[in-house]
Amino acid sequence: MIPLSHYLTLGAILFCIAVAGIFINRKNVITLLMAIELMLLAVNTNFIAFSRYLGDPSGQVFVFFILTVAAAEAAIGLAILVVLFRNRATINVTEIDSLKG
Amino acid sequence: MSFQLICFYAFAAIAVGAALAVVTVKNPVHAALSLVLTFFTTACVWLLADAEFLAIALVLVYVGAVMVLFLFVVMMLDLDLEPLREGFIRALPFGVIVAVVMLAEMLALIGVRSMDIVAPADPAAAAGLSNVEWLATALFSEFLLPFEVAALILTVGIIAAVPLTLRHRKGVKAQDPARQVRVDPRDRIRVVKMAAETSAVQNGTLPNQESSAP
Repeated sequence: MIPLSHYLTLGAILFCIAVAGIFINRKNVITLLMAIELMLLAVNTNFIAFSRYLGDPSGQVFVFFILTVAAAEAAIGLAILVVLFRNRATINVTEIDSLKG
Repeated sequence: MSFQLICFYAFAAIAVGAALAVVTVKNPVHAALSLVLTFFTTACVWLLADAEFLAIALVLVYVGAVMVLFLFVVMMLDLDLEPLREGFIRALPFGVIVAVVMLAEMLALIGVRSMDIVAPADPAAAAGLSNVEWLATALFSEFLLPFEVAALILTVGIIAAVPLTLRHRKGVKAQDPARQVRVDPRDRIRVVKMAAETSAVQNGTLPNQESSAP
């Protein structure tokens, strides 16, 4: 059988890859969105592993809600991206500074 | 080493390799396709953890809908990739250091003690249910209100995405059926009541132009 730590390690590795991806791809909004999806996937893997090893369905129900919210987030994020590209003709994060923050 | 463990290692290796490809490849289309592979392989890992419903849902929702949406947007936008890649090499060491330190901390937290925690029997099978029934029993009793809130969130997401991307172009000659239906004849033609025309000579109201002429 597969020990619990294997699932947790896989989740940790995926999460760290996503964090590194956000650091090294900070110009490209599309890659940033994909890295966020990767992070959510890593967290979901942890939830499922704990749900399995504790025998509690709450973990899997939580994964269900995370999937729902992530799908809505991706839809709205990509819609904003399309509008942004239409108005500014770029998705480079360093050029999106019209709010002067 | 059992067959399940061998499968887990194979899936985990593919998932990690594909995830690395997502954050390093140059072309966003290739990155999106690598992410599809990551999701699919992780769904296989979830199947190994007896989460059948969520594994299928991941393939349907993510690979089938979200990633197709990503690919659609990536291909629709006409991207100039070179400026997006600048700073990649400069940020690479820092990102790798942060990730490796985080990973080391997490692995230390996971620890060697949990290495020999072996799974109990499948809780769904122990209850005499399939995974879907086990999950649905919790979802539709204990978590009914959050379930409805999730439906509300999806509705808000749909409604929000439409006005965001809706645009009205100027100078496009298209029919507007709503305005066509709303048309009232009184807006187009005005009927004016007025007395019938009669000859001025007959009435004798003609101003005496002849007499005033020189």
